Order: sequence, then structure tokens, then C-alpha cells
Amino acid sequence: MGNDFSMNSVFSFAVSRKYWVLLGGFSLSLASCSKREAGVETITLTGSSTVAPLVADAAKRYEESHPAVRIEVQSGGSSRGLADAGSGVADLGMVSRALTLEEAKTLKAHRIAADGVCVILHKDNPVAELNRQQLIDIYTKKAVNWSTVGGADAPIVVANKAEGRSTLEVFLHFLGLDNADVKADVVVGENLHVINSVVSNPNTVGYVSIGTAASEAKNGTPIKLVITEGITPSMETVADGTFPITRPLNVVEDAQTSAAAAAFLQFLTSPAIHDLVEKHYFVPVP
Amino acid sequence: MSFSADSSTRTATRSGWADRAFGFAGGAAAFLTAGLFGWIVWDLIRLGWPHLSWSFFTGEVEDAGRQGGVGPLLISSVLILVCCLVPAVPLGVGCALWLSECVRRGSLTARLVTGGVDLLASVPSIVFGLFGMVFFCQKLGMGFSILSGGLTLAGMILPILVRTTLTALESLPADLRPAAAALGLTRTTSIVRILLPAAMPGIVVGVTLGIGRALSETAALLFTSGYSVRWPESIHDSGRALSVHIYDLALNVANGGPMASSTALVLLALILIINAAAVMLSERWMRRRYHPEA
Amino acid sequence: MTSSKSTTLSRSLDRVFRGVLGLLAAVSGGMVLLIVSYLVTGAWPAIEAGRLAAFFTDERWQPGSARDPQFGVVSMLVGSLLVTLLAVGLATPVGVASAVFHRFYAPPVLERWNRRMLELLIGVPAVVFGFWGLMTVVPLIVRLAPETPGQSLLAGGIVLALMILPIVTLTTQAALQAVPRAQLLAAAGLGLGRARTIWAVALPAARGGIGAGVLLSLARAIGETMAVVLVCGNIPQIPDSLFDPIRPVTSTIALEMGYATASHKALLFCAGLVLVLFTAVFVGWHSFRRQMADTGTGGA
Repeated sequence: MGNDFSMNSVFSFAVSRKYWVLLGGFSLSLASCSKREAGVETITLTGSSTVAPLVADAAKRYEESHPAVRIEVQSGGSSRGLADAGSGVADLGMVSRALTLEEAKTLKAHRIAADGVCVILHKDNPVAELNRQQLIDIYTKKAVNWSTVGGADAPIVVANKAEGRSTLEVFLHFLGLDNADVKADVVVGENLHVINSVVSNPNTVGYVSIGTAASEAKNGTPIKLVITEGITPSMETVADGTFPITRPLNVVEDAQTSAAAAAFLQFLTSPAIHDLVEKHYFVPVP
Repeated sequence: MSFSADSSTRTATRSGWADRAFGFAGGAAAFLTAGLFGWIVWDLIRLGWPHLSWSFFTGEVEDAGRQGGVGPLLISSVLILVCCLVPAVPLGVGCALWLSECVRRGSLTARLVTGGVDLLASVPSIVFGLFGMVFFCQKLGMGFSILSGGLTLAGMILPILVRTTLTALESLPADLRPAAAALGLTRTTSIVRILLPAAMPGIVVGVTLGIGRALSETAALLFTSGYSVRWPESIHDSGRALSVHIYDLALNVANGGPMASSTALVLLALILIINAAAVMLSERWMRRRYHPEA
Repeated sequence: MTSSKSTTLSRSLDRVFRGVLGLLAAVSGGMVLLIVSYLVTGAWPAIEAGRLAAFFTDERWQPGSARDPQFGVVSMLVGSLLVTLLAVGLATPVGVASAVFHRFYAPPVLERWNRRMLELLIGVPAVVFGFWGLMTVVPLIVRLAPETPGQSLLAGGIVLALMILPIVTLTTQAALQAVPRAQLLAAAGLGLGRARTIWAVALPAARGGIGAGVLLSLARAIGETMAVVLVCGNIPQIPDSLFDPIRPVTSTIALEMGYATASHKALLFCAGLVLVLFTAVFVGWHSFRRQMADTGTGGA
């Protein structure tokens, strides 16, 4: 009887051989090297989630005319772009701000588009315009009620961006504030998180990329772009330089850029992608 | 053969207010769960249904996801899941078997392994992602690939598999093991032929939990399997998972909201199909265990 | 002859099988060491610079401030803990009650459908929960307390509770399922009513499984990232009320990791490490208590 069962146990191993085949195939493919077919060159870009969708579209267009090139675009944040481009993990990095002096020592930035940062409010908020001083008062909690800046009697809910975001740096630079001075009620990351914070609580004030705000407002999201220092935020006022809060969208390279990557970089900075830049609600670089 | 409760327990004596209170509280809790879930899904359907069509399932991503479909992402998600489950299921079930059958409960080694697994469950998903990027993508040279993503997820769902399998094994009738030994069965036979089939319902719960967890994960995949929306040609390609796409559309792409909802509906449909398949497979397997000739 | 041969065969097979299982267990248990060592490596620059003390003594978290950099992580640990406890506190009674209902009261069809639904619910990406929380739960909270930002401890607790509810319910259901039928029948035979049977027999017998489920969901909640970041408000402070915003440790990592410079990054790794060690204490305490309980019942 024992004999019978132990034979059965061997049998039961065989029953699940389908599984072992799967496992075997898996380990084989693990062992096999991931060599690409010869002649196809891969360019990898990593970095800013703001820039990534634009570059991904540009890459698609570039690949159509360059069949021997394969472009991998990976998102993950500006600092990932800087780190990966510097360490060689990626050929190029995407960065949604100007480089610091320290970073500029080892990396070279190429501007592929410009973006503005504007203040947004809920559509039902009667306030339509805020000047620099009012914004300073709001973001340092000297003004805590909308009535003090010409609105209704309601508390001001201040939405600030998270540490390290380039929109934060650009905005605070405009206000001349250190992030330690800002007293926020809500800290958020992505542009659409700001917009939806404003939608979900109409007392909220926040700031986002102009392109994102304009296109969301156009599609019926109940937000409005606030006139700042007398200038209406729009792609036009960013393009002609009158709007006061702007940032560059960069692609960075280190000293050892391959010829293929350099050619793609050339393409990114050329007028050939200007229509894509506008489609992504950014401002082309002349 | 069904695992659900038999009628004898359901029709036990119904007596008094306590029974009615229990039933009422339980019913309310069940209703609440279903109601909230229905609310979320209804929101997804309301926003996402108008964009669903056959071409949404098969088409490529266009205009950062505002146009086109999710075909390549569907394939990537399935491949990531396969790369995740193939190592995770034997690891998880094997670990649980070892803990319950090969070592004394409460011994130092058992405690260390259990503690390690429990701790693994609490590692934030984004830490898994960063770890996976450094370990699988860079150190092991797998690059941003479906394989890297799957292996990272395997580590993530491991605690679920171990815990559920272990619970199932521990709650088996205590006389099962001595009975198997008295029949002269070897350890291996008793585990493979008796314990594993008996614990199967619990293991299936663990696997379905793991599948859901793996398919819904975003942060860990953003850094490992990546962002590419190409049709994947092998598991060494980078491939964006549906969940990463939903995240990108919801938080990063202006006017991506409706398409995020559509993609979420596709993901839910995928999970439904895969879970149903898992349950079916396990039931077939069980039948074969109990009637090997059939 | 054949019999003795097969006995030797099965013995060595046994040994091999045990070895394989041991290996699998070692890999599973050891994986966390790999991750912790990775975290330590990433955090090392900050530890070396002596920032670890500042982690627990500084009041605020403003690592990027040029004028007054501070690295206090205590408020974030408290935030993680509070939102997790709130979520587990909300989800456990609902989950257990619903599992009891489906096991003992509802018709089997309903139970099967409920299980399918919960398995589906687990597969809903965190960002969908977070977004739903931001657009549905937060406005409700604002209506309830118009003076508050809405994104808050309460919002985070509700959304997290919803996310871990399926884990609690399904594991409880599995544990109840595993209670030997004989025990239930014996209870019924003794004339106990259904409620008494559940309370005095089924739930105590399933205690271990329910505990494991709660522990699993606790760990899941404390490590959750993408949903809490959308609804918690992310202000690193110790809250005075349920309506105050909080910032869990994971939110900080998610918000800042992609944008951090080198030294800031090391701090974030440090924060991750502190969270994992913090949870280790939690988990260790739980398994210690369980051990005590086991030896207690074993001796009795």
C-alpha cells in the first residue's frame, strides 16, 4: 500500500508537468540574453512626467522616418532624468526646470519648449485677479479669508506643490519666498491633483502649468485661470514673454552622447515638433 | 464540489434577538461594501463607457492616451502578471508548506521567516519600485522590462500568498497528518496528495488576491517595467501596464480623465476573466486529485 | 525487493522535497533583507552625515529650504500610524461582519458573487480609489466641515479602509470556511443557537486566520502610497482632529522621490527605512504576542 502511494506521489509530480514546462521556459528566457537584432539602435530617455508625453509623441514621429532607431521613453520625475543621464542609465534626461549651477557642470540642457505657471481658482469663486502681494499674503497666511482679497466670506485653502517640483520653485521664485515661509493647507504633486483639489473644494487656491489648466478649463472642468499682475495667463502671453511666471522644458545630455541620441536631440529642438508641442499645450521655442 | 457553506450550518436553529441582530449587522456590512463598490464602479462606467469600443481593446495609444486604445498595454499587463506569478506561486506556497510541515511552529527559524515575510508586506510599493529598478533593471541587467516588473511584483505579492496558504494549512483538521502517517505515506506524498488539495481553496484565495494586487500596482511598475506603449515583442521589452496608464491619464495628461475611467473598466474586465480562469483551473485540478482516473 | 527500493527512493525524495521547500522559504524570508540592505545603502549618505538624530528631534520637514532645513519625520510616522489604525478600525468590523453574514446567513449564491466582487475590488488600482476619494469623499467632508480643507486624516482613513476591506473580508471568510464542520454541528447539537455558535465557536476557531488577515491589511495600509497621497492633504503635522490634513511617510516618498536631488534622496531612503523598521517593531510585537497566546493555550 505504501508502495502504491509513493508511486502515486511520483505520478503526481508528473501531472503538473505543464507547470514545470512553463517554469523551464521561464528560466530559459531568463538566462537568454536580451540582445536586440543587429542594426537597430536604442535611445533611452528618462525623467520629467511633464515632458515625457511630449517626447514620447515626438519619438513616435522620429521612428517613422528612422526605422533603424528605437526610442524608449521612461517617466519618473526630473531628478530621475538628471541622475540617469549623468550615470549613463539613459542616453538623455528630461527635466522640467532650469539646471542648477552644480548640475550644469556635468550636464548640458537643451530647451525643447516653454511652459507657464498660473494661479487657478474654482469657477464659482468671484475673485478673478490676484497680484503678487496678494499671493504672498495668501501663501504666508497673512490673508486667510477670501473677503480680504475681494471675494466671499470663506476660508482660503492654500494648495502648495511638493518639495522639489519645478512648478514650486518657479512659483516661489516669482513670489520671492522660501518654501519654509509657505503655510499650506494641502500639499500636492501632479498638476491634475491641484486642479482636482480646487474642483473638490471651491475655497482652494493652487498653481499649475498653464497648458494643463487651459485645456482642462476648455473641456468643462470648473476652474478658471487667474489674471496675475494684470496679465492674462495664456500660451500667447508666455510666448511673447509678458507673462511673469515661466519655466523651460529641457532635455539634458552628458559628455558621452551617442551620435544617434544627438541626432534625436537635434530633432527635438527643431521646428519639426512645434505642432506636437502646441498639441501638448506647451509653447514652442523659436 | 463547492467550497461554500453547507446548508446544515445555515439552517441551524434560528433563535431570538441575538440571531436577528447578527444577521442584521452582517447584512448591513455586506450591503455597505457592495454599495460603496457599486458607487466606484458606477462612476467609472458613467465616465468611461462612452469611449469603450472594440478598437479601444485592440488599438494603440495615441495622443498620450487621449485617443486610440490600450491594446499593447493589455498584452503588457498579462505578460507582467505571468512573470510575476510563475516565480511567486511556488515561492509562496513552498514557503508556507515549509513553515507548517517541516519546522516546529515557534522555532527560531520559523519565526524569522514569518517575520521576514510579514515585514515584506509592509514595504511601501514605491520602495519596491526603486529597489526593483536598482536590483533587477540595473544590477541583474534586465533593463526596463516586463520581466523586471513581474519579478518586482512577485516580491510584493509573496506575503499574501504565504499568509493565505499558511492559514489554510494551519486550519486543516488536526487528525489529517497522523492519519496520513498511519497509512504509511511519506511526507512528500502526504503533502502533495492530501494537504495541498485540502488547502487548495485557501491557496486560490491567495492567488486571486495576488492577481488583483499585481494588476492594480502602479508605483512599483513605473520604475521597472516602464512607460513604453509599444507592442511588447518579448518579456525583455519595456511595456506600460494598464494601471500605470490609468495613473498617467488621471494625474499627468490634461483631459485624460474619461480615458482613465475607460482603461480602469478594461482592467476590471481583465481581472474578472483571469480570476474566473484561476478558479476554474483549481476546481479542475481538485477534481483530478480526488478522482485521478477521471 | 521493489518495495524496499521504492522506500529508499521515497525517503530520498522526501529529503529533496524538504530541501526544496526550505530553499523556497529561505528566499521568501530573506527577500526583505535584500530590500532593507538596499534601503540602508540608499540612506547611508544621510546616516553618515548624522541626520538620523535630526529625524527624531526636528519639528518640521523642509529638506529643500535653503534658510532653515529641517528633517523631522516623527509627525509623518504618527500620520502613517493614525491613518492606518483608522482604516483598520473601520474595515475590520465591517469586513468580519460581512464575512459572517455570507458564511452563515446568506444563500451560497450570494456568497459566491460577493467573493467575485471582492476579488475584483482588490484589483482596482490605488489611483482609482484615490481619485474617487478626492472627487467624492473630500467634497462630502467639506460639506460636513466647511472650514476645513477636506483632504484629511478622515478622508485617508475612509479610502484606505475601502481598499483593505476586501482583504479583511476574504481572509475572514476563508478562516470561517476552514472551521471544521464537526465543531459547528456539535455546537448545534448542544442546542446552541446560530448566534451563539458563531460567537462562541466559529469566531474563536477562526481567530488566527482573522488575525493574519488584519495584520496583512495593516501592513498593506501602512505601505499604501498612490491613494493616500491624493486624499490626505500631505501636511506633515500631528493632527488635532479627524479633519486635519496629515502626511504619511509613503506620501512623502511618492511626492518627492522623483524630484529629489542627491542628499534629499538619501533622506527619503532614510524615511523609508524608518517606516520599515517601525513596522518591524509592530509585526514583531504581534508575532510575539501570538507566540505567547499559542504557548498559553498549548500549556492549558
